[in-house]
Amino acid sequence: MIELAGVRKAFNQGRPNEFWALNGIDLNLAPQQATVFFGPSGSGKTTLLTIVGCLARPTAGRVRLNGQDISGLPERFLTGLRRRTFGFIFQQFNLVRGLSATENVMLPAYPLGGDWRELKERAETLLDSLKLSHRRTARVEWLSGGEQQRVAIARALVNDPEVLIADEPTANLDTALSNEFLGILETLAGEGRSLLLTSHDPLVVESSVVRRVVALRDGRIVGDR
Amino acid sequence: MIAVRLGSRLARRSHRALAFLTAIVGLFLLTFADAAWLRNCRAPGARAQAELAKRLGLTDLCLFTEARYTRHLSQADWHSAFQEYPGAFEHFPSGSLVSPTEPAKRHANLD
Amino acid sequence: MRTWIEKQKYLIDFTLSSLARRKVKNLGLLFLYTVIVFLLASVMLFTQALRREAAASLAGAPDVIVQRMVAGRHDLISPDYIGKLGNLRGVRKTESRLWGYYYDPIERANYTVMVPGSAGQEGVSTGRVAVGQEIARRLGLTLNGKILLTAYSGESRSFDIARFLPLESELLTADLLLMSEEDFRSFFGYPAGQYTDIALTVVNPQEVHNIAGKIANRLPDSRVILREEILRTYDSIFNWREGVVLALLSGAVIAFAIFALEKASGLSADEKREIGILKAIGWETGDVIRMKFWEGALISLTAFFLGYTAAYLHVFRFAAALFEPVLKGWSTLYPQFELVPTLDGFELATLFFFTVFPYALATIVPIWRAAVTDPDSVMRGSL
Repeated sequence: MIELAGVRKAFNQGRPNEFWALNGIDLNLAPQQATVFFGPSGSGKTTLLTIVGCLARPTAGRVRLNGQDISGLPERFLTGLRRRTFGFIFQQFNLVRGLSATENVMLPAYPLGGDWRELKERAETLLDSLKLSHRRTARVEWLSGGEQQRVAIARALVNDPEVLIADEPTANLDTALSNEFLGILETLAGEGRSLLLTSHDPLVVESSVVRRVVALRDGRIVGDR
Repeated sequence: MIAVRLGSRLARRSHRALAFLTAIVGLFLLTFADAAWLRNCRAPGARAQAELAKRLGLTDLCLFTEARYTRHLSQADWHSAFQEYPGAFEHFPSGSLVSPTEPAKRHANLD
Repeated sequence: MRTWIEKQKYLIDFTLSSLARRKVKNLGLLFLYTVIVFLLASVMLFTQALRREAAASLAGAPDVIVQRMVAGRHDLISPDYIGKLGNLRGVRKTESRLWGYYYDPIERANYTVMVPGSAGQEGVSTGRVAVGQEIARRLGLTLNGKILLTAYSGESRSFDIARFLPLESELLTADLLLMSEEDFRSFFGYPAGQYTDIALTVVNPQEVHNIAGKIANRLPDSRVILREEILRTYDSIFNWREGVVLALLSGAVIAFAIFALEKASGLSADEKREIGILKAIGWETGDVIRMKFWEGALISLTAFFLGYTAAYLHVFRFAAALFEPVLKGWSTLYPQFELVPTLDGFELATLFFFTVFPYALATIVPIWRAAVTDPDSVMRGSL
């Protein structure tokens, strides 16, 4: 489904603080699978995630999505593709303050200009499936960490994406909440979605949901289970 | 029934904003209607005023009655500093609201 | 098309939430903005209306007025002066006028006293005067009541109020007092046969300059005032270059510049983060820019429509009450304005252009740089 060939990514290119986050990645990700990118901080796993999820373009190398080469696509097409295919859950959740949970969930679909009521219902259904119905009108800054994450998950799902991407999802959660999260992942995997995670949490790496672990170090793949 | 529907339509922020904007644009347009109405009402009075002015040979609007050269701007003599009070250069605000008249060309004058 | 409308509505939804986060600040901004538009529109409407009124009312002013000067001051017109004027070709009518000023020390007001050309028509006769509305108001005069005037000699004279001058003509007659020639001469001690000035009616308005030239030749100590000068005086009243108006306009321009600069000078960390999130979850650069544009547009459009409507009501329904303290200056008399609204599309468009566009555009300027943020910047935490 997603193919990376010779992908390299540099930051601050040409400047004294030039830094190569990825140094030649060759990867094939199959659909409907849960994969974890595992490695210490600085290993490039977050960068890899952004490239796979079309949030950034590689400095060198090719990325193929369902057979189509997307490395050279202009922003508009890339954004549209990203909207349809990927749903993101950020480590810091990155919810918009001042908006309610429902509004936050609806946000990614705003540029599509679809029917408002339908969108609202969809958002509320998603929140309901994550057991957040009672908090749907609350402003997100009033929600607990676990609740915020579930809003972030609902937001990632609003455009019904094929692939769900989560960056260090359990980094800010205790064990109980982490297990809750893994339970949700299991449900999502059961729905046939592909999952891509980065983590250095052994709880995640060793959970039953995860089918494949790709280990990274210094921008290179060093292990693949 | 309509109130319920309206209520649900206005649940959305942009609808509320657009409704408000429509309302004030409505008021804005109403001012033009009001202007037309006022024009109608006050037109006879304006005509009567013009006639009276012609009959009496009036030459100035009664805006600034502080001094004779502010009351009759067009008739005031031009060498007029210190007309009223030695310290008074200007009669506020008329001095700062009206520009001096340009004399008509093509005839001799005394300034 | 429908999708486009829905999309704009979504963008407006978001921008309103954004604004609502700093509700007090943004409402304050909107209020100030509206006040400025209100002031500018009020001045614009008031000036337009007053100029039109002046042009209409003074269209019937005398074609030519001849004054006599001695050592730079007005002097009375003597009989021989009129004789020297003689018969000029092209002059249809010559009218010697009597008028002057009366200072009321109790009211500290100046009244204009005039002898009308046809006294009978004005209801004025010996011992009976016609009085302007503002004088009546201030002295509490009633029809057939009395008004007391004190001459320079110290002698007080009382006159009967025959009539009030019409309310609609207040702009011209608020301070006017009409009396008969007999009363005028005896009260003011005006020498017999002498007059204040001469009003001429000409046959052909095109010839008025020639006639003025001839008068200047025959009467070298005269000052000739043409109607076109009278009209020109009021044509440029409240000109933008005049002191108070210039101060107001400068103030408004500066205020707008401050608003725009504040918007254009860059975004707060909060706003940058917000844009980063939007980009990350799938908004394009164009969407972000359009959303910000709506923010500027909504505020400036609201301010414009509210400000103009309030200005219209202020000038035409409340007689420009806020301008009274400024216009009144040191006068004690002040006419009640009942102006006729006129529509000048050009001025309205200018007002719109200068108040709405700059602000709407200013909101987009800082966004440009932020909107092209890489969508992954949020993830990298580099905001």
